Amino acid sequence: MRRLFKDIWRKHHRYITVKPETLEEKKKEQLWLKCPKCGELLYARELMKNLKVCRKCGYHFRLTAFERIAITLDEGSFEEFDSDLGPVDPLGFPGYPEKVACAQQATGLKEAILTGSGTIEGWSVVIGVLDPNFIMGSMGCVVGEKISRLVERAIERRVPLVIFSASGGARMQEGVFSLMQMAKTSAAISRLHDQRILYISVLTDPTTGGVAASFAALGDIVIAEPGALIGFAGRRVTEQTLREKLPPHFQTAEFCFEHGFLDLVVPRQEMRRTLAHILALHSERG
Amino acid sequence: MPNTYLDFEKPLVELEKKIAELKRYAGEKEIDLRAEIALLEKKAAELKEKTYQNLAPWQRLQLARHPERPNFLDYVELLFTDFLFLHGDRCTGDDPAVVGGIGRFEGSPVTVIGHRKGHNTKENLACHFGMPHPEGFRKALRLAKQAEKFQRPVIFLVDTPGAYSGIAAEERGQSWAIAANLCSLARIETPMIVVITGEGGSGGALALGVGDVVLMLEHAVFSVISPEGCAAILWKDASRAPEAASALKITATELLELGLIDAIVPEPLGGAHRDPKATAENLRLELRKWVSQLREIPPSELVNRRWERLRRIGSFS
Ligand SMILES: [Zn+2]
Repeated sequence: MRRLFKDIWRKHHRYITVKPETLEEKKKEQLWLKCPKCGELLYARELMKNLKVCRKCGYHFRLTAFERIAITLDEGSFEEFDSDLGPVDPLGFPGYPEKVACAQQATGLKEAILTGSGTIEGWSVVIGVLDPNFIMGSMGCVVGEKISRLVERAIERRVPLVIFSASGGARMQEGVFSLMQMAKTSAAISRLHDQRILYISVLTDPTTGGVAASFAALGDIVIAEPGALIGFAGRRVTEQTLREKLPPHFQTAEFCFEHGFLDLVVPRQEMRRTLAHILALHSERG
Repeated sequence: MPNTYLDFEKPLVELEKKIAELKRYAGEKEIDLRAEIALLEKKAAELKEKTYQNLAPWQRLQLARHPERPNFLDYVELLFTDFLFLHGDRCTGDDPAVVGGIGRFEGSPVTVIGHRKGHNTKENLACHFGMPHPEGFRKALRLAKQAEKFQRPVIFLVDTPGAYSGIAAEERGQSWAIAANLCSLARIETPMIVVITGEGGSGGALALGVGDVVLMLEHAVFSVISPEGCAAILWKDASRAPEAASALKITATELLELGLIDAIVPEPLGGAHRDPKATAENLRLELRKWVSQLREIPPSELVNRRWERLRRIGSFS
């Protein structure tokens, strides 16, 4: 890609409140990274240049929402929506406010999703990106609300919707409120379909539970990144139920593709081009 | 008296047993024990009040999961006439965990769809404990669309621990099946009433739980995750499930207060299983009210209201 990740970080530095010494330690620690799949030692800078894909085995490391925006949209085109929307603790769930504060501190995000508008190779889109580092990218009221507003903006402006999912599912600390966000976001998408607006859903590692079983599954075109964990029930739950080890291939992007649930499995290097290709093919009805 | 009782019911059940024994003894020996029996019966009534008046969420969950709790087949028997069960999702098979069909409610045809749980292990094995595979969700959607065509109201009876988790369920697209229901049910142009009769377990419940109105039986529960699962993930300790049951706010009273359901259907003292007939009659009254109200609303308007209802759900700053 045209740009290094440090530019993105500089651009978003206002979101980040990390103590200087922690940052130094982090830098040292992150000079070299070990690929969890093939064990190859990767120089962090090189890994970043390669869009966080292992040059030896093609393993796709998880991206933060900022990183995803940066490698997907045209430079400088992103305008964030609803950046002020933050979570509350609707049930008074023990330890939840602390957990949220901790996630906000660690990620520089207010919630598990970034939404906004931008362009991909010149094509206008509204886009949502879930961040797997924010309480597992889980969906509570804010994620549900931001997606609903995003859909409403897509309808208003008549531009395609792109969502990158990365989530463990519904956020249990918001109880049935979280569960109902599955119904809310799915109903929002049904209205988008009624309005004949394109929705491209991209499933990245991991997309499971209540997110896999709601808006993420409802794209006109559903794409996944190679090797992404995609499924409804967690592997642990399934293993416990069946009392047997599952095949290693189970619940991967490739598994879902083989069973007919994905249109495409697209490597990260080709994602932007593929999205632009799809957007171009839908431009006549814009 | 039910055959199965829960831990917290033990003192009451023991007292009830004692009264029964005393009555038998008095009959056999022809001794007048009426005063003693009356005293014990009064004590039992008080104990019953005390036991069920202030149930903790965890105790309600036990009642919601009670093996003798009325299930789909019981409600069909008690509430509908001329019932015809319909089968299959027209794609993979006929999921025994999701049942449905057409019958008459107070004389008019309705479609009834729900999860099927059994009263014993044998029945439960046959219907997968009410945990649907993708074909179950697809069957539910097929029957709802069929009802829409003929403008019949749909009544969903929700009672499931959750969607089935297994290799076959994933192979056949569990996530996609649930999502398709959530998306399509939102647009069905006919009245839809959701009744959570027992366990409203997560996505597997919600996929049969989108409607114009959501009712819960008094001791039913509705939850994003099982309290056992929640405790295991949060505290790495499944034995703290009772604590999680309280934290998750899963009971009808709490959910009504939070504005997440529309009404509560009262149960007889001690729970629905102690008097299924009375429970069904309470439900009949509530259904009668909602069916006639919703029939007055034009179908396209129903869909708009359904959306507005969902759109409002959420709390943020
Ligand atoms: Zn590698």
